[in-house]
Amino acid sequence: MDFSQIVPALPALMEGMVVTLKLLVMAVLGGVVLGTFIALGRLSSNAFLSGLAKAYVNYFRSIPLLLVIIWFYLAVPMLLNWITGDFVPVGAFASCLVAFMMFEAAYYAEIVRAGIQAISRGQVNAAYALGMTYGQAMRLVILPQAFRKMLPLLLQQSIILFQDTSLVYAVGLMDFLNSARSRGDILGQPHEFLIFAGAVYFVISYCASYIVKRLQKRLVV
Amino acid sequence: MNYNWDWGVFFKSTGVGQEIYLDWFVSGLGWTIAVALVAWIIALILGAVLGVMRTVPNRLVAGIATAYVELFRNVPLLVQLFIWYFLVPDYLPEGLQTWFKQDLSPATSAYVSVVVCLGLFTAARVCEQVRTGIQALPRGQAYAGLAVGFNLVQVYRHVLLPQAFRIIIPPLTSEFLNVFKNSSVASLIGLMELLAQTRQTAEFSANIFEAFTLATLIYFVLNMSLMVFMGWVERRVRVPGLMVGGK
Repeated sequence: MDFSQIVPALPALMEGMVVTLKLLVMAVLGGVVLGTFIALGRLSSNAFLSGLAKAYVNYFRSIPLLLVIIWFYLAVPMLLNWITGDFVPVGAFASCLVAFMMFEAAYYAEIVRAGIQAISRGQVNAAYALGMTYGQAMRLVILPQAFRKMLPLLLQQSIILFQDTSLVYAVGLMDFLNSARSRGDILGQPHEFLIFAGAVYFVISYCASYIVKRLQKRLVV
Repeated sequence: MNYNWDWGVFFKSTGVGQEIYLDWFVSGLGWTIAVALVAWIIALILGAVLGVMRTVPNRLVAGIATAYVELFRNVPLLVQLFIWYFLVPDYLPEGLQTWFKQDLSPATSAYVSVVVCLGLFTAARVCEQVRTGIQALPRGQAYAGLAVGFNLVQVYRHVLLPQAFRIIIPPLTSEFLNVFKNSSVASLIGLMELLAQTRQTAEFSANIFEAFTLATLIYFVLNMSLMVFMGWVERRVRVPGLMVGGK
């Protein structure tokens, strides 16, 4: 094993890492926002709305992420073509981002739902008693408390998502893993680059999980 | 652009031999199930051993199991798969290496890699569930076992594990379903399981939506039936009075 070639390749690997992190941050933000709306839908008293949200969650939770990534990669350009009528080029990045957002939203929705349900009923009633509307009660009273409680779980899910971003390999997006693989192939040292990539993923996920665990202990009242 | 909807596409010839597209899906599903079941057996056995190791009163043994869990949980599945498929074979002993690289057909060597990878990957998750299950039991159970004169092995074998496994059936069910979903990464090293066959159908026939809709349906039905099956198992083995029904 000879790891000396990795140092000159670092700038290229860094570029890959930037793609991975960009994908991660945007997918987490989009996923949490969409997931919150789905959770609110699931908890709504409207049977149609809650049924729809439930179907969404069950649907995405029963299929593999890889299937969603590949499907969206093939289908998004086609759908846009139908809607807009002309050919819109969609990069692998955009299609992967949409896939991650929609897929992770199903998982985030379950976390948010549990978080909202953990807030005592009296809080909602108190908010209504003060004359708040549904939107105000959610925005000012319920969600801030719920998010504080579920922050560790949301972060844990995001660490899993960080690892899952490597699946974009399937559609050829140059994320961290893929750039490490292609560099390794070019330089004739695929093993070293693969081990290096694995080590980087390990260190980041391990440290992040450690921080989340610490945070969890601190947030316990 | 005009998209030609054609739900009959699955019964059309693929142009490869006598096969119709449906045959591809059937053989893909077969591979998916073959990967998932064998990987699950490995995961259950190894996960149970590791879970026990994490709870025994010996720091070294517990430490080894903890290190295993941290390692396999913090490296992406795809990286692990590449390591098992591209890297590990090069470091096998001479005889084993020729066997893996030359005697096995490409599909079989990919299959072996995926099964080993997925089994060890899932074992770390099973280990955590087993540990939680054992720790959820009242401490008195182990003490009572020791007081009756059992040694540590017997306490685990006859007292702790039979109870722990029943408690953790719901979380184990979701790990079981995850094995089926995770087995789709096999398509990335060329094993023609369900997802790979779907992609191939989509590319051969240009009927993307039909192909992926069928794949989704198959995964969905597979999930639902496994869930029903595990629910049945859970009801069958439930210890009366110990557990409250439902999940």
